[in-house]
Amino acid sequence: MAHFNRHPITPWILLAPQLLIVAVFFFWPAYQAIEQAFYVEDAFGLSREFTGLSNFVSVLSEPEYLTTLWTTTYFSFAVAFGAMALALGLAVLADRVLRGAHAYKTLLIWPYAVAPAVAGVLWLFLFDPTLGILPELLSAIGIDWNHKLNGDQAMLLVVLASIWKQMSYNFVFFLAGLQAIPKSLLEAAAMDRAGPWRRFWTITFPLLSPTSFFLLVMNVVYAFFETFGTIDATTQGGPAGSTRTLVYKVYEDGFVGQDLGSSAAQSVLLMVIVGVLTLIQFKYVEKKVQY
Amino acid sequence: MRRPTYHASTRTTATATRRLASLALAIGFASASASALAATEVEWWHAMGGGLGKKVDEIAADFNASQDDYVVKPVFKGNYSETMTSAIAAFRAGKGPDIVQIFEVGTATMMSAKGAIVPVHQLMADFAPKEGTAFDPNAYLSAVTGYYTDTDGKMLSMPFNSSTPVTYYNKDVLAKAGVDSLPQTWQEMGAALKKVVDSGAASCGLTTTWPSWVMLENFSARNDVPFASQANGFAGTDTRLEFNTTAVVDHIQRLDDWQADKRFVFGGRFDDAAPKFYSGECAMMMGSSASYAGVKESAKGFEFGVAPLPYDSDVIETPQNSIIGGASLWVLSGHSDEEYQGVAKFFQYLSKPEVQADWHQFTGYLPITTAAAELTREQGFYAENPGTDVAITQMTSATPTENSKGLRLGNMVQIRDVINEELEKIFSGKESVQDGLDNAVKRGDSLLEKFERANG
Repeated sequence: MAHFNRHPITPWILLAPQLLIVAVFFFWPAYQAIEQAFYVEDAFGLSREFTGLSNFVSVLSEPEYLTTLWTTTYFSFAVAFGAMALALGLAVLADRVLRGAHAYKTLLIWPYAVAPAVAGVLWLFLFDPTLGILPELLSAIGIDWNHKLNGDQAMLLVVLASIWKQMSYNFVFFLAGLQAIPKSLLEAAAMDRAGPWRRFWTITFPLLSPTSFFLLVMNVVYAFFETFGTIDATTQGGPAGSTRTLVYKVYEDGFVGQDLGSSAAQSVLLMVIVGVLTLIQFKYVEKKVQY
Repeated sequence: MRRPTYHASTRTTATATRRLASLALAIGFASASASALAATEVEWWHAMGGGLGKKVDEIAADFNASQDDYVVKPVFKGNYSETMTSAIAAFRAGKGPDIVQIFEVGTATMMSAKGAIVPVHQLMADFAPKEGTAFDPNAYLSAVTGYYTDTDGKMLSMPFNSSTPVTYYNKDVLAKAGVDSLPQTWQEMGAALKKVVDSGAASCGLTTTWPSWVMLENFSARNDVPFASQANGFAGTDTRLEFNTTAVVDHIQRLDDWQADKRFVFGGRFDDAAPKFYSGECAMMMGSSASYAGVKESAKGFEFGVAPLPYDSDVIETPQNSIIGGASLWVLSGHSDEEYQGVAKFFQYLSKPEVQADWHQFTGYLPITTAAAELTREQGFYAENPGTDVAITQMTSATPTENSKGLRLGNMVQIRDVINEELEKIFSGKESVQDGLDNAVKRGDSLLEKFERANG
């Protein structure tokens, strides 16, 4: 500390590039969104009227917004839980593999290199009601797949595509976490006749908790924001709004509908929601984490 | 420490000012000499990808080669919404293009942006070149331009690519099912489709692309029932949707009933339903006349034909014209007179019968002038490609009424999404037809109210 007091400017200079990036790409746009949220403006910016909280009021009184909020909640839960559970399972298995471990790991990490839109299109082709392979197979067992009309199937499709996309990321972290657990602990437990199931839940899982906590935060943020590309490429939020998440609605109202005020108000609300969620995670979930 | 700094800074400021002045002078000279040498550039943002995009480049290149004063530079900006959004964003930043292609549902938004656009009739009056054919609004097909004129009948934008829905049918399947004459009405359609599914000639009777455009907007126009109040929005922004009280309700009910025996199958929004027709699954598909080339290329293994959109014989005796979809070219404000002269000259070129006829024949979009349609007929194109004249006949067979002139509704992009959403709820059995349409009207009206408030 004393050292820094003698050089009051140096830390700022060193921080400047990062601060500049954050300011230009986060604070400035965020400020603009907040400002925009209090105005009603035509698309071309020819007239602008300060309307106080009216944008927020109209957004919150819209039944579609509440539906979207609910959709987002269970979509995010399904994606975050699914992607983490699956990745953990695979990481545990990959950790045990002795032969060809490298090949398995590479294959499992691969999907992360695929762009969200490309991932969406891949799944879209697989599940296309007319041309896809899977609906063909599903119809053999009596399931009529048409995600263009069936909202639950559409939801399942985007959840699957999003999980597949995020699983690799989680896998890498879980695998690293598993490899950091001292083998001696597990061996000691094994000598005390603890079975693999018991060893996993009493030793491995608690010791993985910092990793799991980090991934929980990352996955919720992923499900809220980064699944946009996947949704846009597969269902465009349909049918009948059943896969429309909050981010997708912001895009629809602002980008397609040119309703900038409402769109800005929604982004502000979204910012608040994710902020609160992250806070809750750090305040309550983190207490259960053993570092 | 303070003083020298102060002096130094004044000195630097003075030098900087001098330098800046000389720099500005130099730039002034440079640009003056540049404009004397180079042609004026006219930027044209469009949403035509793939083969259509190449055709757009070709049109611009031909225009550029035809004269030396102006260079039209086409720039592809993504799909319609993306093009519109980028043009608006660029306009706000003072960097808008001269010409931008806007889809028909964006018309009301553009129209109400009074300070942002230069109406085409005004542009042609002020800047059209003296030589060549004078601008004559009557040369254009009223069924097309009607969508893009103000209440006084003055043209606000230049129609570019317009299409209208038609029925594509699988000749082989209909023959196999024993359907001898093409159904003209929805009533005959029901009987014909029944034959198709009962005979097993195809597993699905009919599907549609662009559900709201075909089954609500065009159904209303063709049967001369209002889609919205205030002459479908042409008479004022205080317009509200009306399709939950018209024959549209019975029509959607009919489609919903037909779903039970697969006489009708819902295939999704936009063009998503098209593969159902290409694969032979559905015997008929309603879609844009501009899909002709695509259908011809994709419908392998069977003969297809084109028929007019049916009408409802319980509602009307002789059908009205259908309405258009597609896009028109808008001129944005804030550019120099030279550029506008270039735009006017380009529009004049674009309206030439040869240019229009070529565009019409290549793409399947409607010709925008009567002369171009006649030229195409003379060239024998319709005889060689049976069915390509169905759209234009359907558009021009009747004088447009208040209900068939088109739609002028603000926030129409979102309204269409709302309608499609409610249709999805109806067809998946989550809502009754009446409830679904009532909801669509309710949600659509609040979008119209919003637009009215912002643009009243």
